[in-house]
Amino acid sequence: MAVVFEKPKSLIDTAMHYCPGCTHGIIHRLICEVIDEMGIEGDTIGVCPVGCSVMAYDYFACDMIEAPHGRAPAVATGVKRALPDKYVFTYQGDGDLAAIGTAETVHSATRGENIVVIFVNNTIYGMTGGQMAPTTIPGQITQTTPYGRDTKTAGFPVKICEMLSALDGVALAQRTSVDSVPHIRETKNAIRKAFDNQKNNRGFSIVEILSTCPTNWGLTPVESMERLRTECIPYFPLGVYKDITETEEKK
Amino acid sequence: MKGNEALAEAAIRAGCRCYFGYPITPQTEIAAYMAKRMPKEGRVFLQAESEIAAINMVLGAASAGVRAMTSSSSPGISLKSEGVSYIAGSDLPCVIINVQRGGPGLGGIQPSQSDYWQATKALGHGDFQLLVYAPSSVQEMVDMVIKAFDNADKYRMPAMILADGLLGQMMEPVSFPEIQNNQTYKPWATNGHGNKRPHNIINSLFLQADQLEKLNFERFKRYEIVKEECPEAETYMTEDADIIVAAYGAVARIAKSAVHRAREMGIKAGLVRPITLWPFPSEIIKKSTENAKSILVTEMSMGQMVDDIKLAVECKIPVHFYGRTGGVVPTPDEVLNEIKKLGGAQ
Ligand SMILES: Cc1ncc(C[n+]2csc(CCOP(=O)(O)OP(=O)(O)O)c2C)c(N)n1
Ligand code: SF4
Ligand SMILES: [Mg+2]
Repeated sequence: MAVVFEKPKSLIDTAMHYCPGCTHGIIHRLICEVIDEMGIEGDTIGVCPVGCSVMAYDYFACDMIEAPHGRAPAVATGVKRALPDKYVFTYQGDGDLAAIGTAETVHSATRGENIVVIFVNNTIYGMTGGQMAPTTIPGQITQTTPYGRDTKTAGFPVKICEMLSALDGVALAQRTSVDSVPHIRETKNAIRKAFDNQKNNRGFSIVEILSTCPTNWGLTPVESMERLRTECIPYFPLGVYKDITETEEKK
Repeated sequence: MKGNEALAEAAIRAGCRCYFGYPITPQTEIAAYMAKRMPKEGRVFLQAESEIAAINMVLGAASAGVRAMTSSSSPGISLKSEGVSYIAGSDLPCVIINVQRGGPGLGGIQPSQSDYWQATKALGHGDFQLLVYAPSSVQEMVDMVIKAFDNADKYRMPAMILADGLLGQMMEPVSFPEIQNNQTYKPWATNGHGNKRPHNIINSLFLQADQLEKLNFERFKRYEIVKEECPEAETYMTEDADIIVAAYGAVARIAKSAVHRAREMGIKAGLVRPITLWPFPSEIIKKSTENAKSILVTEMSMGQMVDDIKLAVECKIPVHFYGRTGGVVPTPDEVLNEIKKLGGAQ
C-alpha cells in the first residue's frame, strides 16, 4: 500500500494539549513539513514563549527553548548570534508578540535579525482564558471587553505586518490564514519562504497566521473557521506586505 | 587600567563569546570596550533595545552553550530581574555585572552598595540564588569575572559581579592571568541536535507542582555544594582585635585604612571582608570574630549587610552600623571616628 499522508518526522508523535478545533496544531504541522523538506531538524532551534503554545517543546523534535512572555525574539537573537549557522524560529501569540513583546518584535525586525517569526494571531489571549489582545477586533467580546472592544477606551488593533513592512531590516512580512486548504497551502509556502530567507541570510521574516480559538471565541470549530473568513480576514487582509526577494527580482 | 575596562578585557579572556548591553552610567565603559574588542575577536557585541532584551539575549546565547555576559547599573538590573529568574529556573550559566549607583528609583550616578539585598536575596521571583562576587580592587574585577564564568558553568547558575561606581572608574595596575581552558562541555545546550542525540529543551515551566518542587529541591541541593565550596572572605588583623569592621567592595579599602589608623592609635581593630556575598562567608566571619567585643558594619547603603553579619555571629556580640548612602562615599576619618566611639566605650 502506498503511503500518501504522514506525520512529519520533526513533529513528535504525542497527544497535543490544544483544544478541539484549535488551529495551533495545523500550524505546528506546517512548520514541521518545512523543516523536514529542508532536512534541517538537527540544525534548528525553536523558541516558544508563554501562550497556549508554551509547551510546544514537547511537539517539535528539534532543540527547543521556552522563553519569557514576549521575549522570544530577544532569546532567538541570542541563539542566532551565538550560532549563526543554525536555523532559529520563534512561535508567538498575538498577546506575546504585539503587546508585552512589542519592543523585542520591532527591534529584532529593524536589526534585520536573521530569524523566522511565526506569529499566531487568534485575536485573543487564549491561554489565560480569553482576554482582550492587542489584535482583538473592534466590537469583539472577550472577558475584559464584555461589551465588545470599544475603540474609544481600548484603542485599535495592532496591525503587525503593515507596521513591520515599513522597517528596512524586514525581508518578509506576510499575512496568511488557515481557514481553507488553499490558505493552508499558502501558509506553508510562506513559512518555506521565511526559512529560505534565513538560509540565504536575508534577514527578518515574519509570517502572521490568522488562527482560531474556538474555546475563548465561544464558537464551534466550524463556526470559528467561518469567523476567520467573515471577520478576521476582512479586518486583517491577507497578503505579502513586504518581500525583498520580489523587489530584488524586479530590479 | 580602569576597573570597568579591566573587567571587560578579563571577560574576553575568560571566553565570553557574546556580550549584550544597554547604556547606563557608571558602567558604560564596559559596553564601549566590548564594542571595540569583541568584533575583532570574531565574537558578538550587540547593543540591545533595553535591559530586558539584553538579558533575554543572554538567555538565548547561554542556551546555545556559549559563555555570555551582560552589564548594567542598578535601575537596569531591576529590568533584568525577570530574565534572571528564567535563567536560574532553566539552570543556565551566565555572568551579570552590576556597577551599582545610588537608588531607589533613578537615584543618582554616584557609587553605591544599595543593591545588596536585590543581589543576594531577591533578584527576581521564585526560589533561586545567584553567585555574587564583590571585588574591591581593579585586579579583583579581573580575577572575579574569570572565576564567575568558571563557577557559573560548573554549577549551572547565573553569577553576578556586584561592583560599584568607584571600582568601575578607578585606575590601577592589573595583570591578566594565563587562562588554560575557557570552555565547558555542555551536553544540555540547545545548539542543534544534528540527529545525533535526543532533542534538548531549555525550560522553566513545570505545571505539576510535585515536579517543580523536585527540581527546586535539586537546585537547592546544588546550592548546598556551592555553599560548601565557594564562600570567600579576607580577614585582616582579626586575631587579637577587639573591634572588627565588616565591609565589602570599595568600602573595605576605606575601612582598611581606618583600621590601620586605629591600630596606630592603640585601638585593636581588624577587618573582615566578604568576597562572596552569596554564598555568604558566615563561617569565616564567625571564626574571625570569635574573640572580638563588637563589630562595626560599614557600607554605602542603609545597612543591607547588617542582618547577614548578625546571623553569622549568631548575635553573640553587638553589631553596629555606620553607612552613607545615595552615592556618598564614607571617608576613612568617618569610619575611624566610629571605631573610636566603639573602642572607647569598652
Ligand atoms: C510576565 C507575564 N505576564 C502575564 C503572563 C500571563 N499570560 C500567559 S499567556 C498570556 C497571553 C497569551 O496570549 P497570546 O500571546 O495571544 O497566545 P495564545 O494563548 O492566544 O496562543 C498571558 C497574559 C505571563 N505568563 N507572564
Ligand atoms: S485556548 Fe484557544 S488558542 Fe488555546 S488551545 Fe484552546 S482553542 Fe487553542
Ligand atoms: Mg492569542
